[in-house]
Amino acid sequence: MNVSLADPVRESELRVSTDGSSVSLRGITKSFGVQEVLHGIDLDIPAGQFVAIVGRSGCGKSTLLRLVAGLDKPTSGTVEIDGRATGWRDTVRLMFQEPRLLPWQRVAANVEVGLSHRKSGDDRRRLAIETLAQVGLDDRAKEWPSVLSGGQKQRVALARALVSHPRILAFDEPLGALDALTRIEMQSLIEQVWQDKGFTAIVVTHDVTEAVTLADRVLLLDAGRVAMDVTVDLPRPRRHGDPEAAAIEGRILDRLLGR
Amino acid sequence: MKRALPWVVPVVILLAWQAASQFGVLRDQIMPAPTAVAEAFWRVLRSGELLRDIEISTWRAFAGFAVGGGIGFALGMLNGLSGLSEKLTDSTLQMVRNIPHLALIPLVILWFGIGEEAKLFLVALGVFFPIYVNTLHGVRSVDRQLLEMARAYGMSERAIFWRVVFPGALPSIFVGLRYGLGIMWLTLIVAETISASSGIGFMAMNAREFMMVDVVVVSILIYALLGKLADSIARLLERTCLAWNPVYADV
Repeated sequence: MNVSLADPVRESELRVSTDGSSVSLRGITKSFGVQEVLHGIDLDIPAGQFVAIVGRSGCGKSTLLRLVAGLDKPTSGTVEIDGRATGWRDTVRLMFQEPRLLPWQRVAANVEVGLSHRKSGDDRRRLAIETLAQVGLDDRAKEWPSVLSGGQKQRVALARALVSHPRILAFDEPLGALDALTRIEMQSLIEQVWQDKGFTAIVVTHDVTEAVTLADRVLLLDAGRVAMDVTVDLPRPRRHGDPEAAAIEGRILDRLLGR
Repeated sequence: MKRALPWVVPVVILLAWQAASQFGVLRDQIMPAPTAVAEAFWRVLRSGELLRDIEISTWRAFAGFAVGGGIGFALGMLNGLSGLSEKLTDSTLQMVRNIPHLALIPLVILWFGIGEEAKLFLVALGVFFPIYVNTLHGVRSVDRQLLEMARAYGMSERAIFWRVVFPGALPSIFVGLRYGLGIMWLTLIVAETISASSGIGFMAMNAREFMMVDVVVVSILIYALLGKLADSIARLLERTCLAWNPVYADV
């Protein structure tokens, strides 16, 4: 990357190393004490795919996501990213349901948290501001998180996840706490950065409509097993209320509700 | 108008006090008039006695505070971060905490005599506990979700301490700091009144020997002033360090 310091932002640089990684889970089980939450999950997610995982509360979907994000270890089985079983922690970024911003750091510094794993920190601020611009908040870089709205905080959290160019982005119900309009805005923002950057996206949600609007593929998790694996092959951007999407949604909901 | 409101009551009290002295309701030996106190203040200030005593008292206060507060902070952090250290020391410390530190005065005089060490020891001991307890509480109440986020984002243990644990514990540490400052002056007043050959407490006790009630009142007011000053500095620090928190934000 031959970018001189005088040269502020290069379009090309922003797209560097933005391919996704493939994920493969082999025989994953996870137990907490005597209770087994996941029973032998086998799953392949090709690089760059947008996957949504839906299911009832307690079906193990968040647990599965935390395994992929490297936050927890499986009781048995392996998680492989691009065919490697270890050393991939920093290629995966996780967005939580809550923004989890450090309230005592300004917005830009919070985005820089996403670069914590890197040794050198010379261009941290510049990268943070660039990434904030991608989520439309570069003008709020110097604010405290407490003055931002819920949706803005979640966008800062998205910038924090994006700033290190992750190859996999995992979302744990990231929009669960937002109001309906802000949700729709965030959904299209997430779709847009995903299309821009080409990372592999894995979203855990309890909202089937959201899953069908965003994902290439919807997995339904039931009692620790993959109960349904649906491909959503519809043109993007998808509009809410599209009849084809509604049909897929109906099938998933029927299965979820046991109808 | 609103800014003047807090001053109304003190001014009324002062006027009533002056009037009571003027008309002989309050005798000089019980309570000299505010003007007499002001005169005494001017007198001890001019002689250089006052500044010397303020200096020595302030030094004692802050030296004791630094020692006690420093140890309290370090132990609070250590016990907040390490379960082993907490198991080992916390219950002992809680036991000692329930002894009023001023109850140790006879023992302290036996150990250190009536020199500087005795006063420093008492102040340090008094300040230790509020700082310790509040630092420990602060570290414990740091948001688990933020810690998990920091680990997930690859922060080093050092970075986690300085960017998550310490700032997260800071509001609570400030509570301990302000509480400790109060105890610091209280302890010093007691220690200086009982045994000292310099300092404001000594000035008060010395004036009592000569029935100089006005100087005694001056000493008491100086204590009040120093206490208020220390608290104001702590509040200013609090507002600067915790500017991120809407509760402390300057409005």
